[in-house]
Amino acid sequence: MKTNLLRNKNLLLEIGRRWALIFLFAEIVFFGLSAKGFFSIRVFQMVLFFGTTVFLLGTAELFVIITGGIDLSVGYLMGFSSIVSTKIIFALTESGMGDGISLLLGIVLTLLIGLIPGLVSGLMVAKLKVPPFIATFAMLGISHGVSELLIKEGAAKNLPHLANAIGNGYVFYWSSGVGFSMFNRPQVARGVFVLELIPNIVVIAFAAIGILAFLLKRTVFGQHTYAIGGNVDSAVRSGINVDRHLVKIYMLSSFLAAISGIIYMLMYVTGKADAGASSLLDSIAAVVIGGASLSGGKGTVWRTILGGVIIAILETGMRLMGIPTFDKYIMVGIILISAVLIDQLFPDRTYTDKEES
Amino acid sequence: MGSSRADTIRGNRAFSVIAHHWAAFFLLIFIVIFSFTGKGFFRITNFQNVIHLGVIAVLMACAETFVIITGGIDLSVGFVMGFSSVTAGKIIQVMFAAGEGTPPAAAIITAVAAVLVLSLIPGLISGLLIARYQVPPFIATLGMWGITNGIALKISEGFPVAMLPDVLTKIGNGYVFYFRKGTGISLFGLPEGVGNESIREFTRLIPNSFLFLGIIVLILWHLLRNTTFGQHTYAVGGNEDAAIRSGIDVKRHIVKIYVLSSFIAGLAGIFNVFQTGIGNFTPFGAMYELFAVAAVVIGGASLLGGKGSIIGSFVGVLLIAFLENGLLISGVEPFYRFIAVGLLLIIAVVIDQLFPDFL
Amino acid sequence: MKSEYLVETRGLTKRFGGLVAVNSVDFYVKPGEVVALLGDNGAGKSTLIKMISGVHQPDEGSLFVMGEETKIATPMDALSKGIETIYQDLALAENLNVYSNIFLGREKTKKALGLFKVLDHKYMFEESKGILKKLDIKIPSLRNNVRSLSGGQRQAVAISRSIYWNAKCLIMDEPTAALGVAQQHQVLELVKSLKDHGIGIIIISHQMHDVFAVADRIVVMRRGEKVCDLERSKTNSDEIVGYIVGSETVA
Repeated sequence: MKTNLLRNKNLLLEIGRRWALIFLFAEIVFFGLSAKGFFSIRVFQMVLFFGTTVFLLGTAELFVIITGGIDLSVGYLMGFSSIVSTKIIFALTESGMGDGISLLLGIVLTLLIGLIPGLVSGLMVAKLKVPPFIATFAMLGISHGVSELLIKEGAAKNLPHLANAIGNGYVFYWSSGVGFSMFNRPQVARGVFVLELIPNIVVIAFAAIGILAFLLKRTVFGQHTYAIGGNVDSAVRSGINVDRHLVKIYMLSSFLAAISGIIYMLMYVTGKADAGASSLLDSIAAVVIGGASLSGGKGTVWRTILGGVIIAILETGMRLMGIPTFDKYIMVGIILISAVLIDQLFPDRTYTDKEES
Repeated sequence: MGSSRADTIRGNRAFSVIAHHWAAFFLLIFIVIFSFTGKGFFRITNFQNVIHLGVIAVLMACAETFVIITGGIDLSVGFVMGFSSVTAGKIIQVMFAAGEGTPPAAAIITAVAAVLVLSLIPGLISGLLIARYQVPPFIATLGMWGITNGIALKISEGFPVAMLPDVLTKIGNGYVFYFRKGTGISLFGLPEGVGNESIREFTRLIPNSFLFLGIIVLILWHLLRNTTFGQHTYAVGGNEDAAIRSGIDVKRHIVKIYVLSSFIAGLAGIFNVFQTGIGNFTPFGAMYELFAVAAVVIGGASLLGGKGSIIGSFVGVLLIAFLENGLLISGVEPFYRFIAVGLLLIIAVVIDQLFPDFL
Repeated sequence: MKSEYLVETRGLTKRFGGLVAVNSVDFYVKPGEVVALLGDNGAGKSTLIKMISGVHQPDEGSLFVMGEETKIATPMDALSKGIETIYQDLALAENLNVYSNIFLGREKTKKALGLFKVLDHKYMFEESKGILKKLDIKIPSLRNNVRSLSGGQRQAVAISRSIYWNAKCLIMDEPTAALGVAQQHQVLELVKSLKDHGIGIIIISHQMHDVFAVADRIVVMRRGEKVCDLERSKTNSDEIVGYIVGSETVA
């Protein structure tokens, strides 16, 4: 009788810890019933396509949050990178370089430049002991200002067509008659149905996210990230170079913001200073819905993506139903707060090894 | 030997006095520099302008000061302001347009009263979440950030609430004293019989907004500095355990702090309606809450809590406001202001690190 | 020639401004020996310990580890010489599990696909299990986060961590202060087991009961000086208290 009760309680706990998954399921059922055309490959791909920003920025925020910090600058660094990449690529094509090589070179240079803001805020946090909130807000201001200055010299556009082809293209295409093709949309008459599968940018984003998930879960780097968030003193005494690690974390965060800026550039074929301005709420919400704690030491990449998917589906579903996006902010705010409240109800799992008992 | 040591100590002390009031010194230095570089910077009208435009920033910083002293943060102030501005605008608009019977004064008073009450709600909710349910302040107020923003956008349907009575801006942009040689002084408006076209001939002193702001800031200063409420605020932020053990109802106090913060943000929304004559929702890029936090930190507060003052935060806001105004008048690109504020913040924290409180 | 002393100090002195915190103290601990270091607040015991663990540098006197005169410049230095301090706060990452804490900062990795270094969880788990078994420590599962463990179990994790990494001399600062009675008992049992493994242990404690339960030798400090160094079997708690408060004078 008692064991039964205990088992029920454990079962409840196990379910409770997966509340985000249940919420996601409920969300899908809800929109499936009330939003017309929700169950389709197109909508599913739309969720992933428009979700890339929140996935990438959420992952960036996750690493920082696990160490007990916060990065306010990711949204504006994303805008900054979208402008920088556009400018560089435009300049390169102007100088007579081929489209492909300019694009590649521009992206590589933007990724390198994207490391600098993180280096600066990381050094401020680690060496000068500036609180992360202040350091990254300062970085937000600086990147915002620099972005606006860059745009002032002329709008960030005039990208080669190739950027659009990548940003809005798909990996696989299929149409009756032509069959399968990769990366190239088959040339068919207007009105002929073409099945598009897996947007290119989703592949790029998930490649980056996959590497980071591996880094966090399986490597010493990830282990030290958790250790710093759990107890800085113990990390220092265990010989971990905490200052250096923190600098790396903030660099990683701004690097990811640069990737999402580049993806924005590919998607919209332009650069905008406030490209990611509204994503602060979304990206932190994704991390917190994914079970991380702002006091650090907790959180995983996949659960953050789960949080991001919940937000992306919310946005897409509401759009399909014709509900104004205003309601999205209210919903995300409520889910964010509820996430913390629900997590408090379900403490961490404990194990008992059978062989030892 | 002994005297030289005393000299260094005295020198250090003088240096640390400067370091502790560096924001005020910076403010002076800025004013001096911009007086040379910017034409028309050092004029009473410009100074009045800076303060008139800075009213909302000052209120936000005051709200944030209380919260930060308790060791928390309130990210929702900017959107609570938008919510209050839009709501006040909507109430006035509806009442004003509904019946010829409703005089503007009645509509405005109803709106102000209603908004002041409504603006307590976001703070009450985040305060309860933080104090009773252990939700981190950052999360609770970020949640409120989304919720109040969404509601403000819903009420306004994404457009500013316009078509409000003119009397709003007459009050909001009016001055206490109007003065012209020969005509003499009149209070709160041009003298009878003088048309608006001759307004430029008048010297206008003390914007109404400044008068009201002064009263509010004075009350808040008193509240923080001279009352048990203020004392407890510092105690909660300095050492929560000690505060609990000395019998302070910390949870209740924290709820009050967030209610106060949200109330002040509500006031800022009302100022906004009066100054612009329309109900504005807060755009995403405005970052009122972040600039407020910046001003408070520049004013000497610590995000860890227990430190900070209304005067310090006021100086912090002025520093940012004069920096922006001075750069603008000196012909520097407006976008440098973001960079400048960023650098100012870093300086603030680094100075704070270098000179711990030994005075 | 190896000395029989694990750690030895001769005439160790430390001054802070005008204050002599530790005045010419001779002190030693042998392998497999438990030495209790007692004294009132400000008697100089923690300053002495901090010189041994590399936090402070002595102004005068010399330090020997395994009979060789050495300088211990930093806490890391002390660690590499096998001197480990278990502080009251234990320095565990509560969000990590037991074996991750034991290997914290010295994680064992393996190559995945011959390319990437990844954490070798299985190895760390097995090794940790081995060391816990050796020290006869029982913990429900090594996969549990340290947060879910009791105070005594955390202490055990911190200790097994240092033993795994070859600590020869363990300094324990008030090991039982924050624990319940049953857990105090566990920790004292663990101390006895460490002793059987040839570890030298210095315990700082205020609990006379603990001291008499495990210590082989009792050293009392008072006002920066060593006032007594007695075999446990040849003294009693009244005499020791007398030395601590100063009513017994140096013999």
